[in-house]
Amino acid sequence: MTTQLSDSATDSGPVTDAEFVEPPQTVIWALRDSWNEATRHLRAVPRNLDLLIFATLQPIMFVLLFRYVFGGSISVPGFSYNQYLMPGIFAQTMVFGSGFTGIGLAEDLQRGFIDRLRSLPISQSAVLVGRTVSDLLRNLLTFAVMLAVAFAIGFRFEGGLVRGIGASGLLLFFSYAFSWIQALIGLSVKSVEAANSGGFLWMFPMTFVSSAFVPTEDMPSWLAKVADANPFTVATNAARALYNGNDPGSDVWQALAWATGITVVFATLAIRRFTRTASR
Amino acid sequence: MPVVEAVDLAKSFGETQALRGLDLTVERATVLAVLGPNGAGKTTAVRILTTLVRPDSGHATIDGIDVVAEPARVRARIGLTGQYAAVDERLTGRENLELIGRFFRQSGGRARERATELLTGFDLVDAGDRVVKGYSGGMRRRLDIAMSLVARPKVLFLDEPTTGLDPRSRLAMWELIESLVAEGTTTMLTTQYLDEADRLADSIVVVDHGTVIARGTPQELKDRLGGHTVTVDLLPGAGPETPAAVVAALAPHRTAGPVRHSDRHRVVVSVRADTTTPDVVHDLDAAGLVVADVTVERPTLDDVFMGLTGHGASENELTTENGTGTRTGTRSKNKTKTSSGAKP
Ligand SMILES: Nc1ncnc2c1ncn2[C@@H]1O[C@H](COP(=O)(O)OP(=O)(O)O)[C@@H](O)[C@H]1O
Ligand SMILES: [Mg+2]
Repeated sequence: MTTQLSDSATDSGPVTDAEFVEPPQTVIWALRDSWNEATRHLRAVPRNLDLLIFATLQPIMFVLLFRYVFGGSISVPGFSYNQYLMPGIFAQTMVFGSGFTGIGLAEDLQRGFIDRLRSLPISQSAVLVGRTVSDLLRNLLTFAVMLAVAFAIGFRFEGGLVRGIGASGLLLFFSYAFSWIQALIGLSVKSVEAANSGGFLWMFPMTFVSSAFVPTEDMPSWLAKVADANPFTVATNAARALYNGNDPGSDVWQALAWATGITVVFATLAIRRFTRTASR
Repeated sequence: MPVVEAVDLAKSFGETQALRGLDLTVERATVLAVLGPNGAGKTTAVRILTTLVRPDSGHATIDGIDVVAEPARVRARIGLTGQYAAVDERLTGRENLELIGRFFRQSGGRARERATELLTGFDLVDAGDRVVKGYSGGMRRRLDIAMSLVARPKVLFLDEPTTGLDPRSRLAMWELIESLVAEGTTTMLTTQYLDEADRLADSIVVVDHGTVIARGTPQELKDRLGGHTVTVDLLPGAGPETPAAVVAALAPHRTAGPVRHSDRHRVVVSVRADTTTPDVVHDLDAAGLVVADVTVERPTLDDVFMGLTGHGASENELTTENGTGTRTGTRSKNKTKTSSGAKP
């Protein structure tokens, strides 16, 4: 080997090597570290196009199945079922998309990559921020494809473009908040398989016992109570009102409060967990 | 000042005491091998020294900096290659290296330059722009180590760098580590392979159940446990009195204890560590004995381990499977011979 690969014995004494940087722990650097980590995942997206395609095919399938299989038999007063259903499917797809965060982290843990990252002089939270932000961007892509399909089968922003974008942003924010729940799960379980089932299992009852697919009034009253208290119902109702140009009441603010609260609480827990965990 | 210093480290996971008072130091530009069977606490020691795990008690410094008090400054000075290759399979080799460079605040240009240097040095130039998913085990390991060297660390930690590699990759890895060492990289490596520690390390600590049970240079460890033997092969026509005469002629070199083996064809005795083949030949000549062959055998670290722990390292399936794979036929033969007779 001819190239100088490592610190040489001749340069002894305290650290003077120009390569050697005392890690400045500033917010700017934390953001750069986060973005660096996010690009690690984003670079991989076009290389795993099949993964992205399947991730978007599933919601498209949902859109089409619900629209054409159930669409005829479910009627919602004041809405065409299409206009009622699509916001629910968008919301469900977005929170399901958060599941990638937990799986990805569990994979990194299992492969020892987390050990490597934790042994670097970088901001510890950057690893999780980078991961969640890259998943947010991937979900944005999924959302765009899904919106295009929805438009093709007649869905419209009846409340106008601004509200339509606002509703979509709200759902993405919700998805981001749930990424932090998934991050905590991914860091807490023992395997990728467990992150997969542990991450998705509870999201089925959460998204179905809600106003996403049918009005909660149609449910047995005890179930309707649960569904109405479900933050997922709040977010769906808020988005649905905005897409359709109805008055959302306090739903938008409540939904924002939920997403903010979940993000703050679970980011704190996940980051704390991260700094104490090590690869398995 | 040692580059790595660990004093009385203890760490438990629930009921399991992974470390119970571990001490070790690594001097600048030397290699320390931490040798021990599975579960001895090697990885836990590496994790503490690389700031990934906090010790329950004891303390450790890297380049004089405390690993618990100032982890960020420690991280700026170390390179870690864990037990499993920590490479991002979805990226190319070059991208993996540049990623680490950027994490070390290298400019884009510098990160690219360094990646090229390392790809060249680690024989990965052709594979550099391919996605790591297609790499062989040996290539992943090389990339993994290269990633640990991006910022020219003061000390490189290698946790079982050859576990799971086939014999050829293993030999290549040894050569790679030797060339890093020749450049002066301070290294602490862990291994379950005795021959690996023997070949690569300047000093060895033998760890079992979370404590150091022996330390020294490979030579010192071998000397301490003795086990040097002389084997004399007799001529086909040797008379029945010859074996006894040979034993008598070797008396000046022998250590206490019985003759290990003696029959019409061969005599094996234990001798002091400073015995050389010419000495033996000279003494046999002086006694007027003509023999077919003389070999002086040094003990292997297998013998050392057997002597220290009471259970051979060969109990470990990995050592028996791969450990002998790269040895020459004669050395493995010697090894079985000595370890079968050397039980203290
Ligand atoms: N995170 C952990 N949780 C529980 N037990 C652990 C953990 N890490 C290590 N151990 C236990 O500590 C002991 C030492 O483990 P380790 O340091 O990995 O040994 P080695 O690397 O020498 O094989 C083993 O008994 C192992 O099961
Ligand atoms: Mg280990």
